[in-house]
Amino acid sequence: MDIFVCVKRVADTSEVDIEIDRTGLALEEEDFSFDINEWDNFAVETALQLKEKHGGTVTALTVGSEDDEEVLRRALAMGCDDAFHLSDDAFEGSDGWGIAQILAATLNGKSFDLLLFGTVSADEGAGQVGGFVAGMMDLPLVSLATALDVDGNKATVRHEVENGLERVLEVDLPAVVTVQTGIYEPRYVSIRGIRKVSSVEIPVQGVSDLGLEASQVGAGGARVKLEELSLPPQGQGAQILEGSDGEMIDKLIDLLQENGGL
Amino acid sequence: MQALLLAAALVALSLILRRRLGLLLAAAPEPRLGDFGKRLKRLLIIGFGQSRQPRYLVAGLVHIVLFAGFMLLSLRSMTLLAEPFSPGISNIGEPYIFIRHMAAALVLIGCAIAAWRRVVVKPARYHDRNATVSHTGEAVAILSLISFLMIADAAFDFGESEAIRKVAFWAHNSALLFFLCLLPYGKHFHVITALPNVFLSSLKPSGVVKPPSYAESDFDALESVGISKLEDFTWKQLLDVYSCVDCGRCSDHCPAYASKAPLSPRMLNIKTRDAAFEHYPIRGEITPPEKRVDLVGEVITGDELWSCTTCGACQEACPVTIEYIDRIVDMRRFLIDDGNLPATLQKPMAALEKRGNPYGKMARKRGDWVKEVDTPDGEAESGVRVLKKGDECDTLFFTDSCAAFDPRVQETAIAFGNILAQAGVDAGTLGKDEVDSGHEARRFGEEGMFLALREQNLDAMEEREFSQIVTTDPHALNALKNDYDLKQPVLHHSEYLAKLLSEGKLPLKPLGDNRRYTLHDPCYLGRHNNEYAAPRDVLNAIPGIETVEMERSRNRSFCCGGGSLNLFHETECERRMGEIRLDMASESGADVVVTACPFCLSNLEDAAKTTGRENEIEIIDLAELVQRSLGGSKTTE
Repeated sequence: MDIFVCVKRVADTSEVDIEIDRTGLALEEEDFSFDINEWDNFAVETALQLKEKHGGTVTALTVGSEDDEEVLRRALAMGCDDAFHLSDDAFEGSDGWGIAQILAATLNGKSFDLLLFGTVSADEGAGQVGGFVAGMMDLPLVSLATALDVDGNKATVRHEVENGLERVLEVDLPAVVTVQTGIYEPRYVSIRGIRKVSSVEIPVQGVSDLGLEASQVGAGGARVKLEELSLPPQGQGAQILEGSDGEMIDKLIDLLQENGGL
Repeated sequence: MQALLLAAALVALSLILRRRLGLLLAAAPEPRLGDFGKRLKRLLIIGFGQSRQPRYLVAGLVHIVLFAGFMLLSLRSMTLLAEPFSPGISNIGEPYIFIRHMAAALVLIGCAIAAWRRVVVKPARYHDRNATVSHTGEAVAILSLISFLMIADAAFDFGESEAIRKVAFWAHNSALLFFLCLLPYGKHFHVITALPNVFLSSLKPSGVVKPPSYAESDFDALESVGISKLEDFTWKQLLDVYSCVDCGRCSDHCPAYASKAPLSPRMLNIKTRDAAFEHYPIRGEITPPEKRVDLVGEVITGDELWSCTTCGACQEACPVTIEYIDRIVDMRRFLIDDGNLPATLQKPMAALEKRGNPYGKMARKRGDWVKEVDTPDGEAESGVRVLKKGDECDTLFFTDSCAAFDPRVQETAIAFGNILAQAGVDAGTLGKDEVDSGHEARRFGEEGMFLALREQNLDAMEEREFSQIVTTDPHALNALKNDYDLKQPVLHHSEYLAKLLSEGKLPLKPLGDNRRYTLHDPCYLGRHNNEYAAPRDVLNAIPGIETVEMERSRNRSFCCGGGSLNLFHETECERRMGEIRLDMASESGADVVVTACPFCLSNLEDAAKTTGRENEIEIIDLAELVQRSLGGSKTTE
């Protein structure tokens, strides 16, 4: 049972005063801290749970700059066997399609049973890459998985559909599954755990290693381009209800009903 | 005949003790020799002096009588054993005979009272709500055996015929040797291990946590961390477990147990001891570790271990000086290393790593509160300022995360800053270069995180000059004093205020109210750093103040619910520790609870809100109260 899991390093913007930088197309990053995308963390945990149950290996992949290597180290500390860092100046500015091409080129010719992604990334939230890769590699895809197990050459996946419904699907392996948060509680990674893998060599692969053309990826190859970035408009201000507890509750119910909240 | 009996008993005892000792020898090392004088003193006071017994008056006095009786009668017992070899040796002389008879009579009465308490009174403390077996039967059996010894001894002395005396003699000696061999099977093992356990008890301040390993000082070089199985305990931790009397005083004082959280410190001992006796049986093979039920994670659950606030009430209450905190931290170290941190704690722990505070606030804003301090104009050398690299000042104010970021607790830091300004103290903070002290990270078992945070703080301190450190947070005090190894002295703000008072720099005025004030002792100021006087001195220096003491004050103080990471981990419980503590404050008749710890303030204020008492009882930090008193009654709210 061999699993590849794709992870992304994203900014944690909580508690930060968000500002747009001078280019107007990016955020001031000075106060951000960075960590593995939450959904991807669940994908790594899912891969490790399957490995612990069925044996095999788990390999983590990320596309990104030098700084992004830290999420691969974190994945190794959690228990992944291998990691590949896909990094090249030519990758800079890739859109979702470009990232998918880089991943597909990496996975091409490699044997695996499952390819896991987080459903979306916390920063851009497009949720494209898993689906693109499945298409490019001609593999079956299940999105929004909330439970996953493997039996022989088939996987059973529970996943979310509309209106809070869930379905259970059987899917032929190899397959691509994008994982929803909550599937398995991700394990804690201690500082010591990270330090233990600090000297592990993580191979870096670029455009030429993957047999790609620089024009296929990066800003040049992107077919989706960012035009403008803006902060949401300030709200109308809060309304403070007054009176006894009972009166306030009545007012709140009225307000919610008037505004379609109930 | 006697030689045969004695030899058989000694062989049996050695065989019984072989496995008990075998486990101690298989356990991890821990240096507990040295400082012979201090150890002897503890042995004399806590061991032979039974100094921790009277906290529970009846049970304590009964135990003191039984213990003293045992000591007095042991001479008689030994000479009786030697009698057949050297006839007449047991006849020591008239005064001893009288003492001996008195002692035997008192022991008999003691046994009767103890049995009556076990069987009839049944104090709640004797039965742990998590216990699966009752030790009442065992206790009564041992009490009966002791009574039998007393009666046999008397029969030997007063027997009417030679035949009766002879029967009594052999009955006494056989029962005594049987008793000796029975001890290592249960809670009465303490008769053998308690005195050595007291002698070998820790001499370090209770606020110091043991290192992950005594054998390897490089944390990163350790192959595994913490305790997961019996052999991972240090031999002393296992001797503690052997010595547990199962008296329940630890759990009776434990705030987690009182709140009906999953933790009972007593059960940590009992469950570990049961596992030790099961897997290191007196007869049969030792169970290999892979064939045992996981001790940490299954027998002792994560929920139990995460319920501990490390307040230290259990250790303070234990009559035989059993240590709990180190063991709990060691077991947590294993859980952390194994990836088992409760989900609620993962975010704050990650925030500690990434932003240096558990709230996930921007590191850049850490020193912003300083702007709120009223520094008198034109006095550049007075008040609190953010120190840049290379700056110097007299007193470094280490704020730690809570006072730096929690809006309510910032008020205490500002109040203390105002006092420093008014007293003309030249103080500074590390500003954005300060990170969390790491106190709770270490106690939650995340040693690597603690080491990283300490390094950052030490670097920031290295780049600035100051002659002393003050903090309003007892946890930070404990970390800086006991975990950091700094050359400058570290003071808690209560101590600093007491010093300013003695120098005449704080002209306190009456508060102008008729309210009653009580002091809540923070665990890490009181129990762990032995400072009970300073906050009381400051409080009592306020003219006309009326104070009361809660029953559980000073070293018996009841934890508010714990600091830092504890705030993020909501333990399953019936009633929160803070709410129970507030009940105690109300019972004392206090209108105002004065504390000197940011977490006590937060937890007790929360408790006042959740129990609808926010208008009845005020919670205030000592610094805020002093600021109020400096302003005089006109500023009283």
